[in-house]
Amino acid sequence: MSEPLIDVAGLTKRFRVSAGDSGTPRGGRTLRSLVARRKVVTALDEVSFRIESGELVGYIGPNGAGKSTTVKILSGILVPDAGRCVVAGRVPWRERVAHVAEIGVVFGQRSQLWWDLPVIESFDLLRDIFRLQPAAYRATRDELVELLAIEPLLAVPVRQLSLGQRMRCELAAALLHRPRLLFLDEPTIGLDAVAKLAVRDIIRRLQGSGVTTILTTHDLDDVEALCPRVLVIGAGSILFDGSVGDLRAGVDRERILTVDLEHEVGSFSTSTATVVSAAGRRVVLRYDPARIPTPRIIEEVARDNDVRDLYIEPQPIDELVARLYRDLKLEEE
Amino acid sequence: MTLSMRLAPYRGVLRARWRETLQYRLAALAGFGTQCYWGLLRLMILAAFYQSGPADATDFSFAHAVPYVWLGQALLSLFPFRLDGELADGVRTGSVAGELLRPIDLYSYWFWRMTAWRLAQAAPRCLLMLVVAVGVLPLVGLDEWALTAPASVGAGALYLAATALALLLGVAVTAVLISMMFWTVSSEGAMYVLPAIVWFGGGLVTPLPLLPDGLAAVLGYLPFAGLMDIPFRIYVGHLAGAEALAHLALQVGWLAVLVVLGRVLLARGLRRVVILGG
Repeated sequence: MSEPLIDVAGLTKRFRVSAGDSGTPRGGRTLRSLVARRKVVTALDEVSFRIESGELVGYIGPNGAGKSTTVKILSGILVPDAGRCVVAGRVPWRERVAHVAEIGVVFGQRSQLWWDLPVIESFDLLRDIFRLQPAAYRATRDELVELLAIEPLLAVPVRQLSLGQRMRCELAAALLHRPRLLFLDEPTIGLDAVAKLAVRDIIRRLQGSGVTTILTTHDLDDVEALCPRVLVIGAGSILFDGSVGDLRAGVDRERILTVDLEHEVGSFSTSTATVVSAAGRRVVLRYDPARIPTPRIIEEVARDNDVRDLYIEPQPIDELVARLYRDLKLEEE
Repeated sequence: MTLSMRLAPYRGVLRARWRETLQYRLAALAGFGTQCYWGLLRLMILAAFYQSGPADATDFSFAHAVPYVWLGQALLSLFPFRLDGELADGVRTGSVAGELLRPIDLYSYWFWRMTAWRLAQAAPRCLLMLVVAVGVLPLVGLDEWALTAPASVGAGALYLAATALALLLGVAVTAVLISMMFWTVSSEGAMYVLPAIVWFGGGLVTPLPLLPDGLAAVLGYLPFAGLMDIPFRIYVGHLAGAEALAHLALQVGWLAVLVVLGRVLLARGLRRVVILGG
C-alpha cells in the first residue's frame, strides 16, 4: 500500500490573541486596561485527514474556521502545538527548504509576480530562486505557456494585465518548479464569469497532469465544478469529508421548484410546500421530496394554476453550506 | 550542487530589482535636479566659510571639500535614509511569512534585493552628476568648484573599495531597521530619526574633518562615517596609506557587526511569525 501524500493526525494549534478593550469608554481607561489582556483561541482542534497523491480536494469553511492555519502548517510556515503532519515523507516545518521546493502556492489576493516587470522576468527569477536547470526550466515553461495560453502576455508588465490574465500567469509561476503539491487560495476571486470558467478549465487540466491540489475557497461553485472530494472545517474541526453529492445528501434533501405562470401571481397558496417567493409571474417553492413526492406537487401546482414552465433544482450549495455552518453553531451553544 | 547554482536566487533578485528600479527614470531626473541644487548650495556655504578665514585651523582645505561634496551628491542614493517599502510592509503585516515559501536564505535575498535597489537608484543620478561636476562647471568658469580626479591612482582604487563597502554597509543598516519592525509595527519613527542621524554622522551636512575634534573623533568610529565620509576622504587624499587601510578595516568591522545583528533580528522576528502566526 502506498503512503498518502499528506497525512495529518490530531493537528492542534492555539493562538494567544489580545482580548482587546473594545467597549471601554474613552474616559474610563484605567491602568489595568494598559496591560494587554490575552485569551487563547483554538484555531485547529485535533484535525485529521489524509490526501492521496493526485487528488483535487476542496477545503472550505467560514472565515476564521482554521483553513489558512491548516494551509500554513502544511506549507511549513507555521508550527503546530500538537499532532502529526507528514507531507511527502517530510515534516514541513522541520525541513522547510527541502519541503517548499516541492510545493506551489497561488494566492488570489496576492501576487508572486513583480508588478513593474514583464511576466517573463518574474518567471526567470523563479527559475533562479528554485535553482532549476535551464533546460528543464525552459521545457516546463514552454509547456505551461501553451497550456495556459499566455504566450502573448510574457513581454507585458504585470501591472498592465487584467485580473484573469494575471491569474493565468500566477498559475504558471506556481508550477514552474514542478511541485508535487499545489495550494490554490481563492484562485477565482474577483474574476468575471468568462475568466472564472477559463481558470476552472485550467485547474481541471492541471489535475490531469497528476499534481495534488488543495483548493481553499468561499466560491462553492468552484468546489462543485472541480473537486471530487471536499473537506469542510468549522471552529477548528473537520465537519465533513466526502463528495459534494454526499454533502448534499447528508445536510439537506430539500428541492427548489420554480414555476413560471401565464399571468401575474395573485395570491398563491399551497398546502404541500413552502413559498420562498411569489412575485411577477414567478413562484419559487421549497419542498422535501421524502415527504411529498415530486409528481404530486407538480400535479397540484398545474391543476390550480395556468403554468407556462416549471423546473426543479437541488438547493444551491451556498445555502447548504451556510446551513451546515449554522447547525454547527447551534450544536456548540 | 555547484556554488553558482547555490547563489542563483541572490544573483536573480539582484538582476530583477536592478531592472525594475531602472524603469523609474523620471524619479532619477528629479533626484538629479535636486541633488545639483543642494551640491551648489553646500559649496557656496563652504566657500563662504573658507573665505572668512578660520579654515587655517584645519588640514581639510576647500580643494578637499569640493570633491567631497560632489561625490556625496552623486552617490546620495547609496545612503540608507529610506527603506525598501515592499519589504517594510511585508514585515509590518506579517506577509513576510509568504517569503518562507521559497527555498532561500531570506536575509541574503533581502540583502541583494536592497543592494540592487540602491545601485539602480544611484547609477543614473551619478552619471548625470559627473557630467555636470566634471564637464559643465569648468565650461561656465567655475573651475574651482569642479570635481577633480582622485589624489592618486592608489587613492582611486582604495576609494572604489571603500565605496563598495559603503553600499553594503548602508544595506546592512536598513536590514537591521526593517527587522526591528517585527516588534515596532510602524516604521514612521525610524524614518524620522534615520535621515537626521545618517546625514549628520556620514558627513553630508558638514564634512566630518570640519567638526570639533572630539565630536569628529566619536563620529569617526560610528558606522555612519563608513557610509560616506571615509570613501570621500580617501578620494581627496585626506586619508592615505595605513590610515586609509585602517578605515577600510573599520568599515569591514561594522559591516560584519550589522550583518550579524540583522540576521539575528530577522531570525527572531520570523520565529515569532512562524510560532504565533502572521
